[in-house]
Amino acid sequence: MNGEKPKVAFFSFTCCEGCQLAVLSCEKELPDILSLVNIVNFREAMTGKSDDYDIAFVEGSISRKEEIKKLKKIRKKAKVVVALGACSSTGGLNCLKNRFPMEEVKKIVYGKGASRYPILDTIPVMPIDSIVKVDYYIHGCPIPKKEFLSVLTSLLLGKSPEIPNHPVCVDCKLAGNICVFEKGMRCLGPITRAGCDAVCVTYGTYCWGCRGPVDNPNTQAHAETLKRYGLTVDGVMKMLDLYGRCRKARTQKGNR
Amino acid sequence: MKKDLNIKIHEITRVEGHGNIVIDVKKGRIKELRLEIIESPRFFEAMLRGRRFDEAQHIMSRICGICAVSHTSASLKAVESAMGMKISRQSELLRKLAFNGEVLQSHILHLFFLVLPDLVGAGSIVPLLSSHPPMAKTGLELKRLANDICSVVGGRHIHPISLFPGGVVFTPKPSELKRLKGLLEESVSGLEYTLGFLNSIPVPEFSKEREFISLKARGEYALYGGEPVSSLGYAIDPGEYTEKIKEYIVAHSSAKHAMTDKGTFMVGALARINNNFRQLRPRARAAAKAAGLTRLSFNPFMNNVAQLIECFHITEDSIGLIDSLLELGPKPEPLAKPKAWGRGIGIVEAPRGTLYHEYRINKDGVIEEANCIIPTAQNLRSIEADLRAYVPTILDRHKSEISRSVETLVRAYDPCISCSTHIMDVDFVE
Repeated sequence: MNGEKPKVAFFSFTCCEGCQLAVLSCEKELPDILSLVNIVNFREAMTGKSDDYDIAFVEGSISRKEEIKKLKKIRKKAKVVVALGACSSTGGLNCLKNRFPMEEVKKIVYGKGASRYPILDTIPVMPIDSIVKVDYYIHGCPIPKKEFLSVLTSLLLGKSPEIPNHPVCVDCKLAGNICVFEKGMRCLGPITRAGCDAVCVTYGTYCWGCRGPVDNPNTQAHAETLKRYGLTVDGVMKMLDLYGRCRKARTQKGNR
Repeated sequence: MKKDLNIKIHEITRVEGHGNIVIDVKKGRIKELRLEIIESPRFFEAMLRGRRFDEAQHIMSRICGICAVSHTSASLKAVESAMGMKISRQSELLRKLAFNGEVLQSHILHLFFLVLPDLVGAGSIVPLLSSHPPMAKTGLELKRLANDICSVVGGRHIHPISLFPGGVVFTPKPSELKRLKGLLEESVSGLEYTLGFLNSIPVPEFSKEREFISLKARGEYALYGGEPVSSLGYAIDPGEYTEKIKEYIVAHSSAKHAMTDKGTFMVGALARINNNFRQLRPRARAAAKAAGLTRLSFNPFMNNVAQLIECFHITEDSIGLIDSLLELGPKPEPLAKPKAWGRGIGIVEAPRGTLYHEYRINKDGVIEEANCIIPTAQNLRSIEADLRAYVPTILDRHKSEISRSVETLVRAYDPCISCSTHIMDVDFVE
């Protein structure tokens, strides 16, 4: 990037903007980040805007035709595209909408007259890699701050970021947690991609699967564990729906 | 002044995202004025259908990264009221503490990241790091403290983890609570500094009568709990909120608008202070006096000041909550179990105003129907009405100045930062 500070842009599609907010929560690191990169686009926190950038962080799913056009433009301009968070990398919770026909969804929320209003039209939710090539993924709902910082650091050093590919159970052991199956809870930890420090288990719940499955999930072992604890695969499949609805049988290739 | 003016501001304030402002003035009269909400709707009420009751708070939190604790809380209250679950005192104290953390975080984000750059003529907080270091530092420190509160209780601020149907599933260590208490006590000087700065900048003079709706609670300033009341002197039965707060669709907005049978109303910090001034903690009341906000104010620009006053209240109130928790000696508790099913309503004062969640849950614990009314949707009609009244009073100014003032007015409502940040690409068509 020629000695010049790389230009970084943030974009947001259909989502809660919590992942951008997680970036803004780097209060301590913010001054350092700003000494190393030029942030040229960040609607959530700044007025300026530019079409000239090297790295694009893209948050949110695609749920409108106009968003497809905008996303393609971003891909064209950016040297590196990073999917920021679950909505962008897997479609996230937004995909729960896809269980219903779009017209019905509109009616459920806006009432019978909704079909008269084109502003309420949407398409089924997609992760951004359904439309464009994505170079790297930062998983999670929301993203862990430290993962964002480590991916950014790698990119600045010209290295490929390392994305964890072991199950949450490993993180959970490292965190010193008691296995939630022992407490009679269901859990997606055995098949979900780690990198979150198993924070949901540490704070009293179970893994919700927000980071999506590891590349080769050992579903057989998971099923056996569930059986051992008297839980059904069906119940867990329904749980997997929360974040897994949009994901077709995709695997994470190479440095993904 | 018989002036023609055409303003189109693209992608402002997302009120859940992206929005535009369109103003068309012919011969000094407003022909057209719209706050277009173009954000893609996400259909949460549909997403919730068919899901288990103990997934609701997790799903609904994702409506907004900034007010995640508010959505989580409203959702839990709706589920718990439908299923006859009563949470323990410890759980309630913890939930209130997390809630305070969120309101503080949201107000600080709005004031320091959005409003202050406007006031000093910068595009973001970044230039303030070198031009106004104490200010930027104060903002970042207060924000970190707010995050810290939410993390200690909920595991993280964005999409809290431990707030669960029937209680709270994580017990913070007393040493952590004490640490927070110390930080809260230290935070007052930063707030005082900010108040001094805000008070030194004149607030635009504009006043328009309207109704204010907020929760009101017995014995405390209502944020996590209470029942809705109007500044016009009537109460709203929570079970009949849809009768009183009427939502309707307008063609230029993917967020619904709302009105009462009295017409336009406003929700948020200003509404709360107008309705519940006397219940503010002493430091907040003193701050309100210093800022001249002690009587009913109809000036929406004062919402920024109202938010800062609430920050004073929250820091003091949180110290009280921590003291109560320490006295109780926090320990792990079992969750309250579901005892019933049916319809339940949960209402809280989110940072931007009253937030309603309502679910119908069947005997299998599955959600069959959901309805939510979001604060920003309740304010949209008020924002448009204010713009309609305000723009004619500033028509003699330069057009760039008019655009800036219009943005400032919209931003004063804090229509959800993810939301509100930026009004860009100001186009004029002469």
